[in-house]
Amino acid sequence: MTALEVAAKLVGALLVFLTAPLVVGQIEHKAMAHMQSRLGPMYAGGFHGWAQLVADGVKFAQKETIVPARADRRVFELAPAVALLPYLFVLIVIPVGPQQSVHDLSVGVFFALAVVSIGVLGILMAGWASANKYSLLGGLRAGAQLMAYELPLVLAAASIAMAAGTLSLNGIAHAWRWWWLPYQGIGAVVFFIAALAELRRPPFDMPVADSELVFGPFTEYAGLRFALFVLAEYAGIVVFSALTAALFLGGWKGPFLEHQLGWLWLLIKTLLLSFVVIWLRVSYPRLREDQLQKFAWAGLVPAALVQVALTGVVRVVTS
Amino acid sequence: MKVPGKGLAQGLGVTLKSMTKPSVTQEYPHQQPQLPPRTRGVIALMEENCTVCMLCARECPDWCIYIDSHKETQPPQTEGGRPRVHNVLDRFAIDYALCMYCGICIDVCPFDALFWSPEFEYAEHDILGLTHERDELREWMWTVPPPPAETGNAEPAKEIPS
Repeated sequence: MTALEVAAKLVGALLVFLTAPLVVGQIEHKAMAHMQSRLGPMYAGGFHGWAQLVADGVKFAQKETIVPARADRRVFELAPAVALLPYLFVLIVIPVGPQQSVHDLSVGVFFALAVVSIGVLGILMAGWASANKYSLLGGLRAGAQLMAYELPLVLAAASIAMAAGTLSLNGIAHAWRWWWLPYQGIGAVVFFIAALAELRRPPFDMPVADSELVFGPFTEYAGLRFALFVLAEYAGIVVFSALTAALFLGGWKGPFLEHQLGWLWLLIKTLLLSFVVIWLRVSYPRLREDQLQKFAWAGLVPAALVQVALTGVVRVVTS
Repeated sequence: MKVPGKGLAQGLGVTLKSMTKPSVTQEYPHQQPQLPPRTRGVIALMEENCTVCMLCARECPDWCIYIDSHKETQPPQTEGGRPRVHNVLDRFAIDYALCMYCGICIDVCPFDALFWSPEFEYAEHDILGLTHERDELREWMWTVPPPPAETGNAEPAKEIPS
């Protein structure tokens, strides 16, 4: 790979990183509205409010960024970047075709999972530095949630890595066969639900529960920094949907033209999963803090362990 | 038998179903609402029919109708007749800040001078602007829909006009 090639790939990843979350955000606006028998944004940009998020961005940019007097200034200002950037780095290892990704890391799964869990550090920083008890409560809840849901997430990913015999995301996509859907089905569901919880998306949005914690760790944020947190949430949806697609749904595999259209199959799968994320948000009420913890430890962890055991048995029997 | 997760699936079904159905939103300022024919929007005055009998003003529960009038004497129409006295309307105003849209004035009017109109866009910035004088009330007469057609199910009229 020449330096130019690397630069072009990085620019491509950056472009995806900047546009895909907006697309998902717009889908959320419209799909959620129609699920609630509303129309959603209709005026910005003319056609069905397609430019609503651009307008929102302009609005956020115009707002004053306020740092509370008692806040830990540097940490408070850094937190949005810490929350957002990990998702950009994960995009580097996601394979978009049989031989295509920005960098095909041999420990891709490990890298992706390690990097996305840095995101919660930004939330903790925001909650701690705000000097606000609601923010602190929200930040700690986010931390506790990560502790609980990281385990099933990693176990599910370990199961698919065992099945494929490699930690490379591209290798897993190569090894993937259609019958892995039932074979790794429990793992896929566990991974997806745990990813939802990592993203603090409803029904796992206890850390930002607006009816009791104002807006959790983001209470004191305004303007562009708040916009970065919102962008991080949608970038997270894209990244976790893409990861779920790459690990459990065959990534770039499709009915035809895998070499040329691999990116398209991955995009379709990612958008479908993003839609499911939105769909779940609209359909279910928020889990209480204790229900949320119980669901992770008593529901998802045993299910993930069953999947790991199943994969282990199948590997031993077939090899 | 209770299937586990049945409620969760039903919840997803509800949202998916309402997504495929058209939404109930009316884009009001750009799209006029479909109002039923007997909508109580505003009270219009057919000033030619008013005889200043004052029934509406007296029946109004919150006294929102203002009527001023004076008497005029008309010379006899025929030779040897007597001059006739009749009321002339000077002012007819309804204060819509007070009106509670009960429609009693319309019911009691014996000469069909008051009507419901479906017109509803008469918001004002000042509460005093909600007192509408006879000219505006007369203008709203043009928005009154025609009465519903007879269905033929009513019993025949007692007096048949010859």
